[in-house]
Amino acid sequence: MLTLKLALRNLLGAGLRTWLNVFVLSLSYVVIIYIHGMLDGWDVQAKSDMMHWQTGQGQLWQKNYDPLDPFTLQESFATIPGELIPSVESGDLAPVLITMASFYPEGRIQSILLKGISENQQVVEIPTAAFSGGGADIPAVIGKRMAEANKITVGDLVTVRWRDANGTFDAADVRIAAIFNSNVPTIDAGQIWIPLRRLQTMLSAPGKATYFISKKSELLNYSGSDWVSKDLKSLTAEIDQIIKTKSFGSSIMYVVLLLLAMLAIFDTQVLTIFRRQREIGTQIALGMTRWQVVRLFTAEGAMNAVLAALLAAVYGIPFLASQAASGIAMPATTDTMGLAIADKIFPVYSLGLIGVTIVVVLVTSTIVSYIPSRRIAKMNPTEAIKGKIQ
Amino acid sequence: MRKLLIGIAMVPGMLLAQNPTATQILDQIDKNMASKSRIFTATMVVHAARGERVMEMKIWSEGDKRSFTEYLSPAREKGTKMLKLDDQLWMFSPSADRIIQISGHMLRQSVMGSDLSYEDMMDDRKLTDVYNAAVIGTEDFSGRPCWVLELRAKGDDAAYYQRKMWIDTERSIPLKEEWFAKGGKLLKQTTLSDVKKIQGRWFPTKVTYKDMLKTGDGTEFIMNEIQFDGAIPESMFSKAALR
Repeated sequence: MLTLKLALRNLLGAGLRTWLNVFVLSLSYVVIIYIHGMLDGWDVQAKSDMMHWQTGQGQLWQKNYDPLDPFTLQESFATIPGELIPSVESGDLAPVLITMASFYPEGRIQSILLKGISENQQVVEIPTAAFSGGGADIPAVIGKRMAEANKITVGDLVTVRWRDANGTFDAADVRIAAIFNSNVPTIDAGQIWIPLRRLQTMLSAPGKATYFISKKSELLNYSGSDWVSKDLKSLTAEIDQIIKTKSFGSSIMYVVLLLLAMLAIFDTQVLTIFRRQREIGTQIALGMTRWQVVRLFTAEGAMNAVLAALLAAVYGIPFLASQAASGIAMPATTDTMGLAIADKIFPVYSLGLIGVTIVVVLVTSTIVSYIPSRRIAKMNPTEAIKGKIQ
Repeated sequence: MRKLLIGIAMVPGMLLAQNPTATQILDQIDKNMASKSRIFTATMVVHAARGERVMEMKIWSEGDKRSFTEYLSPAREKGTKMLKLDDQLWMFSPSADRIIQISGHMLRQSVMGSDLSYEDMMDDRKLTDVYNAAVIGTEDFSGRPCWVLELRAKGDDAAYYQRKMWIDTERSIPLKEEWFAKGGKLLKQTTLSDVKKIQGRWFPTKVTYKDMLKTGDGTEFIMNEIQFDGAIPESMFSKAALR
């Protein structure tokens, strides 16, 4: 306790030099928490959006289905199993059928995915209720990206051409019944959603589906030979991977900040030990062991981190809280990068994040303070009192 | 009496000439158009919404199953080669220095931005194998009297469920063709013109393809110098010839 008191008094006594170190170190705290909070916020928001729009609580895939390989689409649908039909009818399981197709916005040809989804589904927020009504036309819903890219509005008729299960060309006009606004581009760009039964008829594939989106995770326990279960974790693994990569990239910035702070502490420690040689010699002469003196100087350096945490709290808490409340605006281009990013990201600061940040900075400061202090253990007290350089 | 017998014997032939069946007409087209091999240079003019693109190429083909195409111009496409062997298609692009196989959804892409897709090039089955044909009337097209044939798919694996053809009654060559979707929507239209007599056969040297769902004036394919039944070295139809 005496060591800590002494350390604090010495540190405050150093004045401006201490406060410069503390300020730089406090910036490290705030930046680390801010960046990690932003990434955690993105993670939470992206997974929540994906769950509400794309993945549900998990999916059942036809065994040949590979969303990254369009070559598999022609062989990746199977008959909806009888055991799952009650869940489909109750809306807890949304069957989806996919085929490659071409569509002709403003007379141009464009490859798209034509997706059929059950009208009564209650799993994802795709507005399938808009399928009802509209007369003889095939009703369709599309995302805002698709609509903006092709200048389509509600009520427009667009021609779609596809090949049925036997490879025969067919074409029809679909009427845009609704345009949805989702942060998940993987259900939007280059895709048209129509009623499942219509697509089954169009493809001559009655009763077939490519995958199911489940509202309840227990429905994923189905073990039919044609279907493979995909839990939420595996469906959002891509987000985890991106966050991990982003986290590594952004860590460079605060590692540089932390290095600067540590360099300042290290230099200060070297200078302090040089300037306070007489004091060190006197302390040893008065009965302190060499290691007690080393501990005192190490505590002085480490206390920079404690003061920095207090300073960071003074200006960091209002700043971080305001960011969490108002959100961080994302550039418009990120929307087209295929990632589930909202217009604004609301940072999430967990206690774990704050705790780990404090521990990391404190431990790093302690180590950096200890390294120059080790010289004290080799000092001769008589020479030190004389002020002789050792 | 002898003259009467000869006259009676000639009646079926005359009737055939006046009212041939659709199958006979298609067989006649095959005889006229088919050749053991064909070597020709061609110009492809793509009339797109944003302007016109002209490409020149040389094509060596053997029946419907094997063909080799080399693009001669423009500079951007020069050296690009395509090889078709039965139901497989490869392409070599000098800028990428890679041979790629065109398959799956890539077959649906347009060939060099034209109104033709790769899969249109791949459909090489005989019409009589895939379609039931019927003569549904006669009509003048481009000032020529034509049989109008309607073709409906025999099975459920034809790319186009229905086709309609206008056949020159005197020269036995198609002058126009329409390709329909299963639901009846007109998808593509082909018109054949600039008919010339080459090596003793009538042959249309200009084909205009039009994807009816796209805007633009279609794609013209003009055959400049055609040589029928010329010798083509076997090495031409190998992947090694692509580089």
